[in-house]
Amino acid sequence: MTGFSRHRKSGACVATFTAFEADLLRSLASQLIELLRNETAAPESPDPLEAMLDFSGPTLEPEDPVLARLFPTAYPGDDEAAAEFRRYTETDLRNGKASGAASVIDALEEAGLPPQPEDGMFIDVELTPVAAITWMRSFTDMRLAIATRLEIEEGDEEYWHELSEDDPRAQVHDIYEWVGYLQETLVRAAS
Amino acid sequence: MSAPSPIELDEPVTDDLTALATPWVTIVWNDPVNLMSYVTFVFTQYFGYSKKKAEKLMLEVHQDGKSVVSTGSREEMERDVQAMHEYGLWATMQKADA
Repeated sequence: MTGFSRHRKSGACVATFTAFEADLLRSLASQLIELLRNETAAPESPDPLEAMLDFSGPTLEPEDPVLARLFPTAYPGDDEAAAEFRRYTETDLRNGKASGAASVIDALEEAGLPPQPEDGMFIDVELTPVAAITWMRSFTDMRLAIATRLEIEEGDEEYWHELSEDDPRAQVHDIYEWVGYLQETLVRAAS
Repeated sequence: MSAPSPIELDEPVTDDLTALATPWVTIVWNDPVNLMSYVTFVFTQYFGYSKKKAEKLMLEVHQDGKSVVSTGSREEMERDVQAMHEYGLWATMQKADA
């Protein structure tokens, strides 16, 4: 596990992943895409005709807490303005996050990640400055999703590190920290 | 050559004046997930702020729980809030005097 560094000549952000790591990243990215498509971002109107004719975005905060964190309410004290903002932005935001995660998967597969990776294989990725930002955003979305599911709070590191290794939450928390490490090294490499 | 046309005085547009008098602000809130380095990076990248200013705002978010990161018209702030959500930061907007 070495994270990202900056290639001196090209200025690209480069990293080498083991097959296991690359496969894990691909799986996190596809889970994110699943989640973004899971709960429909369509408005729910009590009038069926109106509902069918309304092709605009959603107006209510998503029920899933992860989606609620990915798409926060822009106007906390004004339900009407918040609904309008959501209607005009949430669909684009969802599509942008899903296509970002999809481009992470594409880059890993273009770098040689097969459908069934084997041990001993290494995947080298090389990111342009634009791709680096896409990956950073996707790492953020993955971490926000995991943190919301685990109910991670400010300053609770000790709690997580004291969990038994057999606790599945401890394993998920390790993945969360690993994506954080990738994020940290990628920000440094891209700055 | 034509004579100068009489100066037409526009009716004062109170809505615009009020909008100018009370601008809107974009607020970024602290969360337990986003890395300090990433938040600073986003502020330099998106707003074009200097590293120094971006770090100051990031520390405000981290220590005070929130920071006003931009000020402008309502439309501009909606763009900024949407951009912050694209980066995964928790941003809201309100009138500057609220």
